[in-house]
Amino acid sequence: MTTGQAEPMVKIRSLRKRFGSVEVLKGIDLDVPHGQVVCVVGPSGSGKSTLLRCVNRMETIDSGRIWVDGELMGYAERGGRLHLLAPAELCRQRRPIGMVFQRFHLFPHRTAIENVMEGPVTVLGTSRAEARRQATELLERVGLSDRADHYPAQLSGGQQQRVAIARSLAMRPKLMLFDEPTSALDPELVQEVLAVMRDLAASGMTMMVVTHEMGFAREVGDQLVFVDGGVIVERGDPREVLAAPKNDRFRTFLGQVL
Amino acid sequence: MEVTSTGSSAGSQDGEPSAQVPVELPIEAVRPPRPGRVIGAGVALLFLVWLAYTVIVNENLHWDVIVSFLMDGRILGGLWVTIQLTVFSMAIGLVLGVLAAVMQLSDNPVLRGTSGLYTWFFRGTPLLVQLIFWFNIGLVFPSFGIGVPFDGPKLIEWQANELITPFTAALLGLAINEGAYMAEIVRAGIRSVDPGQREAAEALGMSHGQVLRRVVLPQAMRVIIPPTGNQFISMLKTTSMVSVIAGAELLTVAQRIYLGNFEVIAMLIVASIWYVVLTTIASIGQHFIEKRFERGHAALGARVRRNLRPFAKEPA
Ligand SMILES: Nc1ncnc2c1ncn2[C@@H]1O[C@H](COP(=O)(O)OP(=O)(O)OP(=O)(O)O)[C@@H](O)[C@H]1O
Ligand SMILES: [Mg+2]
Repeated sequence: MTTGQAEPMVKIRSLRKRFGSVEVLKGIDLDVPHGQVVCVVGPSGSGKSTLLRCVNRMETIDSGRIWVDGELMGYAERGGRLHLLAPAELCRQRRPIGMVFQRFHLFPHRTAIENVMEGPVTVLGTSRAEARRQATELLERVGLSDRADHYPAQLSGGQQQRVAIARSLAMRPKLMLFDEPTSALDPELVQEVLAVMRDLAASGMTMMVVTHEMGFAREVGDQLVFVDGGVIVERGDPREVLAAPKNDRFRTFLGQVL
Repeated sequence: MEVTSTGSSAGSQDGEPSAQVPVELPIEAVRPPRPGRVIGAGVALLFLVWLAYTVIVNENLHWDVIVSFLMDGRILGGLWVTIQLTVFSMAIGLVLGVLAAVMQLSDNPVLRGTSGLYTWFFRGTPLLVQLIFWFNIGLVFPSFGIGVPFDGPKLIEWQANELITPFTAALLGLAINEGAYMAEIVRAGIRSVDPGQREAAEALGMSHGQVLRRVVLPQAMRVIIPPTGNQFISMLKTTSMVSVIAGAELLTVAQRIYLGNFEVIAMLIVASIWYVVLTTIASIGQHFIEKRFERGHAALGARVRRNLRPFAKEPA
């Protein structure tokens, strides 16, 4: 173990985000230590997706600071002033942050293995042969070696989501963001995706997971945060907060989800 | 043993339920009489026969002249110019269209405005006027050069009269006009791609250009290709407008010939026959390409290769 005072992988301070006149995030503070899994839960429209999208700078923010692995996201601080990063710098910052979407968003014109190779070949300049070798390994890791040459349309939802996870892992991320990765799946397919995520967590990946799967949160999560109305209303060890929720709204929410 | 299809398998020997033999119930229904259709078809056929007869026996049409000019060297030369004009102006128009479409969808209001001005102006003025304008551009800008803008010194300079031949004027007019229409088609194609695709690509760390080239445009092609085929077929005929600036394409050549031999109708028919041949070939090509694109979501390159495999040389 390294020294305990290491910077967290993700550090969010006083994050505010508005769309037009609607403030969606109203001051979020959150730390995700290295190797931990933070599960984010909350009602629809509470700003969970927006929170994740701010972390990899898919959304600009209105105030606050976000650091990933010690690096300020979206800005450079020079001479006591913030300077917006150029697009190329943003791309560089996004590279080591994987993102998995509710609706998979696999590239439909490429096969499973080509989807996994796309990032390394296009963004990292990896040779096709090397990328193919890595992609083969990753597909094996998510249990889809035999589907390498299938197009997304020929795969089940669970299989597509596992390819999407492999596609993110191909960039060798240090942080993975999951936005309701199992919400679009038929119930019998949820477990195969959660199993892959469980393995990933066990391998020490730092993860932020927006989910309604309380079983997963209880079993894999190191921290659970409940977001409502753009603020974190309750947080703590998932096993404890799920067993004895203090906040009324959280209790009501759990009553609806469980 | 006779197996009846009544399903009661009482006669099954070894106690097993006998496999049910499906009942055949062939349908040999009699169509109701449809006298209207028969009469309609008869009338149409009669009309076609009459039309063919009057055309064929008509002495004013000079079929012998038509046949003798169909393969005339000048006509074939004009045909070649028509093909070149079509292919080049479509290719340049496609590039301009992609550029304009990408500018139109950008966040930068100046780029958006420039693109909007371009499509607004060139779709808003007649092509005929544009062609005559480009041909006479020398009246406005007697010389072109590369150098410092706003009347600064020039590195190279050309005289408009040397640069602007009927062919280059035609190419300019057709390509720039086509670009304005292609911009709309490409834009519709790009907008048809799920925004989630762009997000997934950006999350991998791709730049705007990479997102466009690797993810968005390949998927937009499915929507872009069919109308582009229509534009191509229509361009084959639109090139005939170039005859107003004596562009040496098919119609111009036909006109030049009939000014000499006064076979106006015959020459127009010769030109029309070639236009029909060209558009027919293009339609067949379009049908082929569209069918390939409707099938699944596979990438064009991979699919074209797969489809060509049966025609490739037999492996040794
Ligand atoms: N691009 C946008 N433009 C305008 N409003 C937006 C945008 N994205 C999100 N919102 C709004 O912000 C609020 C929070 O959205 P967000 O997607 O973060 O919620 P969520 O917690 O992920 O909800 P869900 O569980 O339904 O996914 C919603 O009211 C939504 O309508
Ligand atoms: Mg969401």
